[in-house]
Amino acid sequence: MKFGDIARKRLSFLLILLAALAIFAAPQGAVAQAAPAAGAQSANVASATAPTPQAAQPAVTNAAPAATSYQRLGKEWIKGVPTPGAIDFQKQYSPTGHYAYKMNTYVLTPIVIGITALVLVLLLWVMVRYNRRVHPVPSKTTHNTAIEVIWTVVPVLILVAIAIPSMTLLARQYKSPPKDALTVKVTGYQWYWGYSYPDNGGFEVISHMLNIPGEPVINSGVRQDGSDPSDGPPHLEVDNRMVVPVGVPIRLQTTGADVIHSFAVPSLWFKLDAVPGRINEKELFVEQPGVYYGQCSELCGARHGYMPIAVEAVPMDVFKAWVRSQGGTVKGEGPARPAALPPLQQPKIGPGAPAPASAAPGATAPQAPAAGATSA
Amino acid sequence: MATTADTFQAHHEEHHHDAAHMPGFFARWFMSTNHKDIGTLYLIFSIFAGVVGGALSGLMRWELAEPGIQILGQISLWLNGNMDMDQALHTWNVLITAHGLVMVFFVIMPATMGGFGNWFVPLMIGAPDMAFPRMNNVAFWLTVTGFCSLMASIFVPGGTAHGAGTGWTLYAPLSTSGSPGPSVDFVIFALHMAGAGSIMSSINFITTIFNMRAPGMTLHKMPLFVWSVLVTAFLLVLAMPVLAAAITMLLTDRNFGTTFFDASGGGDPVLYQHLFWFFGHPEVYIMIIPGFGMISQVVATFSKKPIFGYLGMAYAMVAIGVVGFIVWAHHMYTTGMSVNTKMYFTAATMVIAVPTGIKIFSWIATMWGGSLEFKSPLVWALGFIFLFTIGGVTGVVLANGGIDDNLQDTYFVVAHFHYVLSLGAVFSLFAGFYYWFPKMSGKLHSEFLAHAHFWLFFIGANLIFFPQHFLGANGMPRRYPDYAPAFAYWNHISSVWGFPFIIAGMIVFFVNMIYAFGFGRKAPANYWGAGATTLEWTLSSPPPFHQFETLPVIEEHHTHHDVVGDASTASGH
Ligand SMILES: [Cu+2]
Repeated sequence: MKFGDIARKRLSFLLILLAALAIFAAPQGAVAQAAPAAGAQSANVASATAPTPQAAQPAVTNAAPAATSYQRLGKEWIKGVPTPGAIDFQKQYSPTGHYAYKMNTYVLTPIVIGITALVLVLLLWVMVRYNRRVHPVPSKTTHNTAIEVIWTVVPVLILVAIAIPSMTLLARQYKSPPKDALTVKVTGYQWYWGYSYPDNGGFEVISHMLNIPGEPVINSGVRQDGSDPSDGPPHLEVDNRMVVPVGVPIRLQTTGADVIHSFAVPSLWFKLDAVPGRINEKELFVEQPGVYYGQCSELCGARHGYMPIAVEAVPMDVFKAWVRSQGGTVKGEGPARPAALPPLQQPKIGPGAPAPASAAPGATAPQAPAAGATSA
Repeated sequence: MATTADTFQAHHEEHHHDAAHMPGFFARWFMSTNHKDIGTLYLIFSIFAGVVGGALSGLMRWELAEPGIQILGQISLWLNGNMDMDQALHTWNVLITAHGLVMVFFVIMPATMGGFGNWFVPLMIGAPDMAFPRMNNVAFWLTVTGFCSLMASIFVPGGTAHGAGTGWTLYAPLSTSGSPGPSVDFVIFALHMAGAGSIMSSINFITTIFNMRAPGMTLHKMPLFVWSVLVTAFLLVLAMPVLAAAITMLLTDRNFGTTFFDASGGGDPVLYQHLFWFFGHPEVYIMIIPGFGMISQVVATFSKKPIFGYLGMAYAMVAIGVVGFIVWAHHMYTTGMSVNTKMYFTAATMVIAVPTGIKIFSWIATMWGGSLEFKSPLVWALGFIFLFTIGGVTGVVLANGGIDDNLQDTYFVVAHFHYVLSLGAVFSLFAGFYYWFPKMSGKLHSEFLAHAHFWLFFIGANLIFFPQHFLGANGMPRRYPDYAPAFAYWNHISSVWGFPFIIAGMIVFFVNMIYAFGFGRKAPANYWGAGATTLEWTLSSPPPFHQFETLPVIEEHHTHHDVVGDASTASGH
């Protein structure tokens, strides 16, 4: 058994445990590994599609008409952005993001601050207690086996304590998306992004940064930021966003057309290099509808700083409408579904769910026995 | 060892050199074979390159002081003769590339190994000079040649505009198909020269330390600074050839049609990253381990105590060096590695925290029970211990592959490695500099100015780099000339509040040097008193042009490694 398998087995156990605590309800659906998948799934979808309470009203009314026709999400939907003067990570909107953020906040940060504080206190102590005036005659101590063993063993234990959640996190991030998950292929170009949708007819959306008012034109022919009411912050907003369905696992593939770029969205805890000649793949799961910004994160030449990423997560029906508006095709196109609120809540639970949404339960089947055996 | 030493001693009567005999100016400084003169050349070179690298970082902080493009247009106008936006942005990449390469290869390495290593390894082990004096000279001038080539690269075409805009890592394909023009070739040549120089000086150190120790100076009695140079020399000899291979492959990919790193010809861009970081991670320890050695000497001296846990300290450096070779891919977590590989590199990387912790705690234990005298070297060393700890713990954060998925290539990484290098390695260099400056120059510097220099640097470096942790966590990518308005606050603090302290600190440093050479009192042989016990303190300040014509003998009767005598007192036993 490979190292990764062991970690993944422990992961499934951990997942059930955490789901019981209702802390990690959302990740369950994406994980599609734990035995009570169905139950966890519906809980997940509810939390994933329901906008945050404070934004609930404008959110729902805004999105409802969009169920049949796509409309670019407005400013009130901006979720993944840096905060002025912030000292912490951006708020997280993905299952791995929650786990990683919690690990950093409750495991790493206390340890890091604790060790630094310990060293600082010890340094101040020796400066006060053992300076020349207070302590004129130095001791001759050069060995103390007990203390040397302690300061070797205790750090080892601390590192083991870090390694356990760390390995779990890695295993979660590695988990492959379900077989029939929607595929989005991201191509890094000098200096813009291309998002193609092979499952929807293979059209490619080209995404340039909007020019910044009052500053030199970076992308000629592209409009200025703020010329549309839906535009987000300068530097981060693009002309065409990467539109994805919310609440379902997405197979995100990256590649580079010329040099290495890196597709990164901090609020989704996602970063994957786009390497020419390679296709990297990783699951992306967005829990809430909204707009999430990121920036190219591998030096790629002159305009490296000017090729931002904007991910727009919308309900499946809106996504389909967007696909049609781009001239793409929708797999298993069914009859027109009811408009207004129901689609927001429904599509991922309903029996007649569209292909990408039903992907998660479908992929659960082959994996479920293994996961069940482990947790049993 | 003892037999060899006896042989040396038997012959010492035959020496007829005059210790004060010195060649003329040109022969002395341009054809030097004297380890102390070569060390001085390295230090002067390093300080000069440090001013260049520091000026580059000043331009970068100026550009980043607020959102938008501030000064890149002006720099690009001077460099490229036009105001084209892309060329201005390329100039930013030239700045970051040159800053990184200058600081790593032409400031820190020449200072730690070339400067202090050359000066004090022979003195501390009681050797008359380095084993291969002419190779020592060649190594220095190769380094200078490399620096000239790197500077030249800024002024020749490098793709979008003049200069190499690849970052110090020279990742393919940006450094191959992405950078037409000779600039990157100049950079590759620079690294070949500097690398060859480093390999030569490392061979020299290893040979000197293994074969030229004074009688009684066993490996386990060597001062920790000598241990640190020995470990670093081995790292260089093992890592540098890998860099040389990687950049030679870049060179042939660029010029001769090979496709080592080009997928269209069956190559792989990620292979370059593996090769680069197989060198690059040990390189991090190459820069900091000599600093560990200097801090150990300084802490022991000013505590008036022998170093605590000497063997643990020596072998912790060996352990860091060995493990440093098997953790390289933690620089590549986002390249699409398999989960098993990520888990291995996460675990292996965290292991390094253990020997590093041993060093930190042993320095504190050395001071514990000591009689601390807050001379400038100790103050720099205390600053080093605290700031290096911060850089170390953020390294543990970044070691986690899953956490790194968010922090990779952000300002958090910039903050981390500047805490380790800019506040770690540089602080240890200044600790060593103020510790040994009077020994090297024969003049006493101003302790007041040395303390002022410390406080300016301590405040400035923390103001510059601590906020960068926040920027990185909140998502600001590195190597950006411009940023979203949300990142303006901490960038402003970093540029406007932090950087002026560093400029002031450097001015104080140069004033101190002018003071020392112009008005400084003559330094006695041992100006630090009873705590300074290694062999260099038995010699005059500055030491004679040729020292130890009579080899010192380290007394066997005392178990402490700090008790030394010379041949005449030893003959009494
Ligand atoms: Cu890019």
